[in-house]
Amino acid sequence: MRNTLLISIAVASLTFFGCSKRSNPGSGGAGTAPKAAIIAIDGSSTVFPITEAVAEEFQKGAKARVTIGVSGTGGGFKKFCNKETAISGASRPIKEKEVTLCKKNGVAYIELPVAYDGIAVVVHKENTWVDSLTVAELKKLWEPSAQKKVTRWRQIRPNWPDQEIHLFGPGVDSGTYDYFTKAIVGTEHASRGDFTSSEDDNILVKGISTDKLALGFFGYAYYAENKDKLRLVPVDDNNDANGKGPIAPSPTTVADGTYQPLGRPIFIYVAKEAAARQEVSAFVDFYLSRGAALAAEVGYISLPPRAYTLAKARYATRTVGSVFAGHGSKVGVTVEQLLSGK
Amino acid sequence: MRHATRNRRRERFWESFFRKICLAAVALPLLILAGLLLNVLLDAAQRIDWSFISSYPSRKPALAGILPALVGSFYLVSLTAAIALPLGIGAAIYLQEYRGRSRIASLIEVNIANLAGVPSVIYGLLGLGLFVRTVGMGRSLIAGACTLALLVMPIVIMTAREALRTVPNTLREAAFALGATRWQAIRRVVMPQALPSILTGAILAISRAIGETAPLIVVGALTFVTFLPDGIDAPFTALPIQIFNWVSRPQKAFLYNAAAGIVVLLATMLVLNAIAVYFRHRLQRRWS
Repeated sequence: MRNTLLISIAVASLTFFGCSKRSNPGSGGAGTAPKAAIIAIDGSSTVFPITEAVAEEFQKGAKARVTIGVSGTGGGFKKFCNKETAISGASRPIKEKEVTLCKKNGVAYIELPVAYDGIAVVVHKENTWVDSLTVAELKKLWEPSAQKKVTRWRQIRPNWPDQEIHLFGPGVDSGTYDYFTKAIVGTEHASRGDFTSSEDDNILVKGISTDKLALGFFGYAYYAENKDKLRLVPVDDNNDANGKGPIAPSPTTVADGTYQPLGRPIFIYVAKEAAARQEVSAFVDFYLSRGAALAAEVGYISLPPRAYTLAKARYATRTVGSVFAGHGSKVGVTVEQLLSGK
Repeated sequence: MRHATRNRRRERFWESFFRKICLAAVALPLLILAGLLLNVLLDAAQRIDWSFISSYPSRKPALAGILPALVGSFYLVSLTAAIALPLGIGAAIYLQEYRGRSRIASLIEVNIANLAGVPSVIYGLLGLGLFVRTVGMGRSLIAGACTLALLVMPIVIMTAREALRTVPNTLREAAFALGATRWQAIRRVVMPQALPSILTGAILAISRAIGETAPLIVVGALTFVTFLPDGIDAPFTALPIQIFNWVSRPQKAFLYNAAAGIVVLLATMLVLNAIAVYFRHRLQRRWS
């Protein structure tokens, strides 16, 4: 017994020192393919369910192995620009800082929109007073200067009750938060700090559905699954050009661009170098042709067919770079407009 | 006389009062734990079956399974134990037996105790910089295991050192008096006495390692993998990561999957701990 113990200790230590020997730098990168070809994907948790669905279907007919990590849009781009992944999911366009990083490491990328996601503004089921909100009212409520000042419903509209307002929102690292602040407050990543935030949107659902004075926002899919517990607030952008009056998010209003400014496209970024690999290219083609149906199946809103055609053309010609040029999200533009460069 | 009775009555009151407080201190956490377990089990009952354990992840909650995460966690924790236990116990023996009361030893011990309190995500960042990038292991199983090993090493060292400390010095002196060298004394006298408590520390360390999520995400554990790791340099996923992914999905059915995943995680932890308890028991019998 004692000898067995000593032997097992010896074996274990060998394992440990073995692990530094086994290192082979360069493998596992996007450019080189170790063993069975691996398509390494990482990025946003918002895009993950779609990519997961596509990968699942893709692997039924192909030998390549797809791996998907979820380290957030920002974390994903860090790996992507470091040549660790072939494809990165993003719930917002690539940022200036990330553009610079990619350029420094010589990573050229093809930006492809894959679906729409609407950001739903919701209140408690029994909230009887809120029938709509304008963008200006949302801004008044969420901008940084509202902190500790705008705290009661009445301050938004005088005929609303003189009761506290409890705010809920996604964590400040999420692309959803970035987009909401850009669309509502005007500056990406700027908002009041005194709201209940959670990285897990189900927590937000729970919080809002149990608090009569609550107001919050998160991805439309979470509203769609909890319709019985929440009330949707239609949003009015005061721009009659894309639909008159307050409009509530739905697959139709998000896809036709009338739910503005809170409807947004989500993307995958494909490294140009990796796109030269046969299996990666096959995967992206599969993504663009089957993605519409699969996105709808997992609770997202597919792009109009024309947008997929444009995206395919963009991929076929390997058009690199971002239509957003590193300036962050553009609010109130449809994917077709973006892709056709108008 | 009356004074004495009153005193005694008061003593008796405090006696039973204290007893009740202590009972409440045991009962409260147990009740909360039972409530949590019941809650999880009820949700898990909707999904848990053999196909859940033997399937790969899927977009359809009813088809999604936990196999890669289960195998990944098993490999990960076994590798972690294989790295952390020999190194940790070795360090404890050196500090306690060879450097007994020296100033350096106590300085090191203070630092190790501090390390035990460092948030786990910091270890993840260290693992990312050291194992993944510098050593060049990539985002692999072994990089995850090395990181977790670093994370649990302070626990192993501290519990092992504590265990060695409880071995009476007279035993060591007796061994020396019989002409034993220090190595013989440690191997034949000290270790047999201390090993059961050391294994208790190992159980704590393993339990900690299997539930960790944050450092693994930093090191690069994946969420969607449809193959099992085929070597220590393979990409991997682990149970807590799969559970976290399911918990944050909007569809209710995924929440049942998450609950089922939690039950699998608890069961895996119990199995691993049972193995350690078995060894502890066996060693105790053999050496006493």
